[in-house]
Amino acid sequence: MTAAMSISLDVNGERVDAQVLPRLNLADFLREHLQLTGTHVGCEHGVCGACTVRVNGEIVRSCLMLAVQTHGASVETIEGLSDSGEIADLQAAFRNRNALQCGFCTPGMLMAAQDLLKQDAEPDRKRIREHLSGNYCRCTGYQAIIDAVETAARARLGRRS
Amino acid sequence: MIIASATPEILSVLDRPNSYIGKVVPRPNLERLMQGRGLYVSDMELPRMGHVVFLRSPHAHAKIIGIDASAAKRLPGVIAIVTGKELAAVITPWVGVLSHLKGLKSAAQHAIAIDHVCWQGEAVAAVVATSRALAEDAADIVSVEYEELDPVTDMRTALDPETPVIHASLVDNLAFERNLDAGAVDAAFADSDEVVEADFVFGRHTGVTLEPRAVLADWNAAEARLTIYQGTQAPHMVQNIAALHLGLEESQVRVVCKDVGGSFGIKVHIYADEMATYALSKLLRRPIKFVADRVESFNTDIHARDHRCKGRIGVMRDGRIMAFEIDDLTGIGPYSMYPRTSAIEANQVVNLVGGPYVTKNYRARTRVVFQNKNVTCQYRAVGHPIACSVTEGLVDLAAARIEMDPVEIRRRNLIADDAYPCASPSGLRFEQLSHHAAMNKLMTMMDYESLRAEQAALRVKNVHRGIGIASFIELTNPSAAFYGVGGARISSQDGVAVRLDATGSVICQTSITEQGQGSESLTAQIVGSVLGVSMERVRVILGDTDNTPYGGGTWASRGAGIGGEAALQAAKILRKNILDVAAAILQSSPAELDIANNAIVSASDGSSRIDLNELARIVYFRPDTLPPGIQPELMATRHFVPRQYPFAFTNGVQASWLEVDTDTGFVKLLRHWVVEDCGTIINPQLVDEQIRGGVVQGLGAALFEKCIYDERGQLTNANMADYLVPMSGEMPDIDVGHVVSPTLETELGAKGAGEAGTAGAAAAVANAVNDALKPFGAVITEIPLTPQVILTALGRI
Repeated sequence: MTAAMSISLDVNGERVDAQVLPRLNLADFLREHLQLTGTHVGCEHGVCGACTVRVNGEIVRSCLMLAVQTHGASVETIEGLSDSGEIADLQAAFRNRNALQCGFCTPGMLMAAQDLLKQDAEPDRKRIREHLSGNYCRCTGYQAIIDAVETAARARLGRRS
Repeated sequence: MIIASATPEILSVLDRPNSYIGKVVPRPNLERLMQGRGLYVSDMELPRMGHVVFLRSPHAHAKIIGIDASAAKRLPGVIAIVTGKELAAVITPWVGVLSHLKGLKSAAQHAIAIDHVCWQGEAVAAVVATSRALAEDAADIVSVEYEELDPVTDMRTALDPETPVIHASLVDNLAFERNLDAGAVDAAFADSDEVVEADFVFGRHTGVTLEPRAVLADWNAAEARLTIYQGTQAPHMVQNIAALHLGLEESQVRVVCKDVGGSFGIKVHIYADEMATYALSKLLRRPIKFVADRVESFNTDIHARDHRCKGRIGVMRDGRIMAFEIDDLTGIGPYSMYPRTSAIEANQVVNLVGGPYVTKNYRARTRVVFQNKNVTCQYRAVGHPIACSVTEGLVDLAAARIEMDPVEIRRRNLIADDAYPCASPSGLRFEQLSHHAAMNKLMTMMDYESLRAEQAALRVKNVHRGIGIASFIELTNPSAAFYGVGGARISSQDGVAVRLDATGSVICQTSITEQGQGSESLTAQIVGSVLGVSMERVRVILGDTDNTPYGGGTWASRGAGIGGEAALQAAKILRKNILDVAAAILQSSPAELDIANNAIVSASDGSSRIDLNELARIVYFRPDTLPPGIQPELMATRHFVPRQYPFAFTNGVQASWLEVDTDTGFVKLLRHWVVEDCGTIINPQLVDEQIRGGVVQGLGAALFEKCIYDERGQLTNANMADYLVPMSGEMPDIDVGHVVSPTLETELGAKGAGEAGTAGAAAAVANAVNDALKPFGAVITEIPLTPQVILTALGRI
C-alpha cells in the first residue's frame, strides 16, 4: 500500500494538517478524520449529491475527490456554512416550509441551493429544479425544497433593494 | 376546522384555545438536521469498534464448496473473518412465515449462508477489521469456491415441473397461494354487455433510502447486554428478534434509534446482514459496525412489487361495473422475509382490488413463488399501487369500450358517501369513506372540463397530452390483525408517557419512531394542545427500548392514528392530575380551573392563578406545604390499539396531466393532483408533504425505477447512475386537497396518510399515458413506462 502523504488545508476557516493515504476520499477524510459528519455519504459514486461540499468556492462531490487533492485548498462544509450564518436564511426557509423530512440529503441540498443563489439572485422554479437535479431527495418529492429556495431568493432580493 | 369558540365548556380536548391541532407549526429539531448536527448510525463511533464488510455471492444460485481466508486473515488491521458455519454457533436461523397466511412456507435462513447461496448478494463471509477500507482489502483476497446451480429467475416458469426447486425441503417453488370468490362472478360476467381483459406488469423496484442501512451492535460481555444502534422503524421488534436468535432475554437487548436517513418500509425488516452484525458483536465481544454501500443496498435492501396480474372487468353499457377478476403472480426471491413475510403484498393485492367500487362480484387468485433474486417485502403502500393500477386500468379500459368519460364511469360505481359502514367483497370493513366528495373536489381543483378542452385543442397541433384519474383506498392504523394474529411479536399498540418536570416543562416518551414524517411534531402538538403547554416546552423522546413505552413504531401509516391517540389519552390523564393538585394548592375545585399558556387559569374568566413552573416547584420541592393526603402524580402513561376496525381505511383520488412525445417516447409530467381523506389533520403541512413525497415515489415506479435482472439472476443496474429515481428537474408541482372524515374509533380521529401518494400515482400516470395515446390505438399496462415501452406500444421500434 502506498504510504501516507502530508496535506495542509483550510477547513471551515481552520488550518488542518494531516497524514492521509492517497486513496482516501474527501468525504471519508471529513467524516472520519475530522468528525465533520454533516457531510453525508449516500452513494459513494458521485450521483446522489449528499456529500456536496465547497472547495475553493465551488461545490464538489466529496466522494469523487481525493483528500490529497485538497492540499492547499479551502474546504467548507455544512458545519462551516451553518456556524458562519451564511445560509441561516435558507435554513429558516427550509424549516418553515418543511423542506426536509429525514434530513439526510439536506446538507448537500443546502450547499447546492446556496451555490445557485450565489450565481443567480432571481432564479425561477425551473432553474432551481435544474440546479438541484444532482441532489437526490427520496422523502419530500422536491416541491417544498423548490418553494423554500424560491422564498429565500426573494427575501435576499428584498433585502438588497 | 379547529377554531376556539366563545363557549369553552363545549370544546373537545383538541378544540381548546391555542390548540396546535390543524395548524402548521415547524417540526422540532429540524435545525439539528439542517446544520449537519444530526446523529445517523453511519455517523457513530464507539471505542474498540470493528467494521464489518460482507463478502457476497456473485452467483444467483450456487453451492459453496470451500472458503479460504488464510491470506486475508494475515492482513494488517484484520480482526476476524467469520463464515456462516462459525457464526451459527451464536445465532439461530429463522423462517419467515405467519400462521394467518395459511399455507405460507419458506426455508430456514441463516445470518450468513452456510453451504447454499440463493441470490446474487447473499453474504458468504464476514470480514471484520479496524476500518472499513481494510476490511474491504481483506475481503478482496478471500477466495470462495462455488459450484454454480441453475437459477430460477422467471416467475412465470418457477412452478413448472422442469424448473429446479430452490429449497429441496419445500418440494416446490410455491411460497403461498390465496383464492377468493365473492358474489356471483360467472353470472355477472355472463350478464355484462362488455368484458375487457388486460395483462398488467409491474417492475421490481426498491426504496433507495438515501442513508443506506446501518447497524452498530455493541455486546458488552461484562454487563451481558447488547446495545443495538440501528436506523429502524420498529425498535421493539428488533429487540425481540435479536434476543430470540442470540439466546438472550429481551431485557439483555436495548435498541436505540437516532436519526434515520429515510425508511419507506425498507428499514422495518430484519436483514440477515444485520443479524450477522449483532452476532459478530457477541462473538467478538466488541462493538461492530455495518454500513451498507450503495451496491449492497441495491442487492440486499428489500425489493417490492414485481407482479404480473391478469385482470378482467365486466361492464354494462350504462357504466355499471358488474365484476372484477384477477389472477396475480409475484416472485419474492429465495426466502420469505423475516418476520413480516413476503406474502403480505400479494395478500394486499387480493384484498384491495375493486375496493372503491360497489360491485360485490369479485374473484381473485394470487400465487407467490420463490426465485433466485433478492428478496421482496413490504415497501411503502404495500400492494396498493398494484391493486390500484389494475383496478383503475380496468375501469379506464371499460370506459373506453363503452365510450364513457373516465370520471363519469367512476361516479356511477364508487361507493356512495352515505353508504357507510360497509364492507368490500374481500371482507375489508370501511367505517367512513368519501370517494364522491373527493372526486368533486378534484374536479374543481384541476378544472377538468378546461383540461379536456385544452387536450382537444392541442391534439390538432400533434401535441398529445393525457389526463389520468385514479381513485384508491388506503390501509392505515393496522390493529393486531396485520401481524399479531399470525404469531409475530410485532406490537400493534403504542404507548406514551407524559410527565411535568420540575420547571413546568413536559417530557413525553413515545413508542412511535421518527424517520422524518413528523412523529415528534405531532406528539408535541397533541400533548401541548391537551395540556395547555406551549410546544417548545414539550420534549419528545423516542427510539429507545430502555426509555419508551412498549410499542410498534412507525410503519403502515400508524404513527399519528395510534401513537397520536395514546399521546392524547396520556395528556388527558396528566391534565387531570395537574388540575387536582392545582385545586388543592389554590383551595379550589378542578372544575373551576383550566390550563392555558403554561399556567393554571380560572375556567370562568381565564385569569391566571398559578404558573405551571410554580406548581411543579411546590410538588417536587415543597410537598410538605400540600394538604395532608395529597400525593401528586405528574406522570401519566396510556396505551392505545384499534379494536373496532382491523384497519382504518382512508380514501382519495389522484389525477395526472402529462404529455407524451410520440417520437422519443418520453413522458413529461405537467401537473399532479391529489385529494385524500385522512380524518383529523394534525398538521396540514406535514400531511401534504407526506402525500407529495409518496406521490413522487409512485411517479418513480411509474416512469423510471426498475431492478433489471438478467436471465442468470444478475442485477445489472445496481447503482444510482443506472437505477433511475425521480430528480427535481423532472417532477411536477403537486396540488393536494383534503376531505375530512375523522374515525370515530378515537378521540383524535386521525387516520394515516403515508401511503396515499404512492398508492395511486402510478395508476394516474398510466391512465394518462393511455389517454394521450388514444388516437394511436395503443394501450400500455406495464410500468415503468420507459421510452422503450412506449415506442414499442406505438410500433415505432
